[in-house]
Amino acid sequence: MYSTNEILETINMVSHQHLDVRTITLGVSLFDCITDSPRRTADKIYDKLMKKAGNLVRIGNDISGEIGVPIVNKRIAVTPVSLVAASSKGHLEIIRTLDKVADEIGIDFLGGYSALVHKAMTPYEREFLLSIPEALSTTKKICSSVNVATSKAGINMDAVKLMGQIVKDCAYLTRDQDSLACAKLVVFANAVEDNPFMAGAFLGSGEDDAVVNVGVSGPGVVKVALEQVDGDLTQVAEVIKQTAFKITRVGQLVAREAANRLGVSYGIVDLSLAPTPVVGDSVAHILEEIGLESVGACGTTATLALLNDAVKKGGIMASNHVGGLSGAFIPVSEDAGMIKAAQNGLLSLEKLEAMTAVCSVGLDMIAIPGDVSPEIISALIADEIAIGVVNTKTTAVRVIPVYGKKEGDTATFGGLLGEAPIMPINRSDPSKFVNRGGRIPAPLHSNKN
Amino acid sequence: MKAIVSVIGKDKKGIIAKVSGALYDMDVNIEDISQTILQEEYFTMIMAVEICENAPRFDVIKSELNKLGEKIGVQIQIQLKSIFDSMHNVALNMKN
Repeated sequence: MYSTNEILETINMVSHQHLDVRTITLGVSLFDCITDSPRRTADKIYDKLMKKAGNLVRIGNDISGEIGVPIVNKRIAVTPVSLVAASSKGHLEIIRTLDKVADEIGIDFLGGYSALVHKAMTPYEREFLLSIPEALSTTKKICSSVNVATSKAGINMDAVKLMGQIVKDCAYLTRDQDSLACAKLVVFANAVEDNPFMAGAFLGSGEDDAVVNVGVSGPGVVKVALEQVDGDLTQVAEVIKQTAFKITRVGQLVAREAANRLGVSYGIVDLSLAPTPVVGDSVAHILEEIGLESVGACGTTATLALLNDAVKKGGIMASNHVGGLSGAFIPVSEDAGMIKAAQNGLLSLEKLEAMTAVCSVGLDMIAIPGDVSPEIISALIADEIAIGVVNTKTTAVRVIPVYGKKEGDTATFGGLLGEAPIMPINRSDPSKFVNRGGRIPAPLHSNKN
Repeated sequence: MKAIVSVIGKDKKGIIAKVSGALYDMDVNIEDISQTILQEEYFTMIMAVEICENAPRFDVIKSELNKLGEKIGVQIQIQLKSIFDSMHNVALNMKN
């Protein structure tokens, strides 16, 4: 029997500190759906997803009710559609089917309208990338990601160049929704195959036929635990570790339980501290609790490094398989503390870029003026991707050039995606660099064999 | 199936009687019980229970307890014991 304090601690984490499991993401392989006909491929995909994931939402809700912890999202991640559709060229037919499945099953998001072009693009992959704006602007729940670099292959600058224009096209096609399509598109370096988080989730080729990956949350719990700490930074790190352990254990329980009930394998728990726009669920507020007046101040990168490391150390002990992105997230529009700091001019794009060197995952949910050129966006992507490639970590860019809006305006996306102040960006022209194209070679330390 | 029932609220007569009565009616066996009064007025009761074979579905038990809580003015929750095992035990239960 547990002590009253232990029981109450768990109950309070949920009722007062926003402890939740952010997502159960069911990865489903679509390799066995490949045919040379768009229609037959789409039909096979529909049948497989309905069979494997038809009960996902009900099972997620059942587990949530039984353990008393909210499970905020139920999602599906599939094999990158660029691989599944390579034979039939039926990507647009497939995306209509995926959107229909997402709607019928009642999930929140479906990820995997993705391509892996980190070294080079086939002609078909180029055609596929160019279809992303249409795909994201004509569907509601589909998410897309493109891996443009790895530490092994270097950076495919032809793809980076293309992505600048694709981001702009996504912004234009959803101009009446504050360019919402851009919030569903991630550009990656070192993308992982088992990520449960959107918009970057897809199921890699090294994975099982169907597998449950779970992403935990809980910045509010860490913040409240730190409110009791008077000691030095070693003690701060220790309390974060202990708290991360408990949060991750909830994810571990949910992952195993969901996998059992769905009759599929259990993959990983992603240790990420994912914020929501709700007050009391902010990563920025943890850094402020450690001792910064505002996130963005000098000291932000150091406190974030401490937080990120302690979350991993506590979480790794709590779960038998850790994967995904695993680290603290810093999506500006989804974090009340980040939004406030950006509005007050205390958090710059450059500081955010520095922060991504020590945490997961990148320049995330950042709104910039709508008239920024595609070349500047490509160069912004290249900078962030270079951090990932050189540091052998995953980095990503999810940036929204909000059509028709300028610095100081606000873009509103709603729900978990929140709202973002439009941030200033350096307008100095990088076009010559971007237009050179080609590949930035892999860094020396990637040659480990 | 093992679960933890927690009852939190202002102390008053008959809380234990009513909650244990409701559990008895639903074929839920109380295995352990502890009770404290915090700050001289807040009543906290924790019960370890076994949901027996003939008991209603978990969500039915949960909603009955919620209704009872509303009626007597306390908060009653029921959660599977596995959530507390997970968070407060270092050893990982591989059967979870």
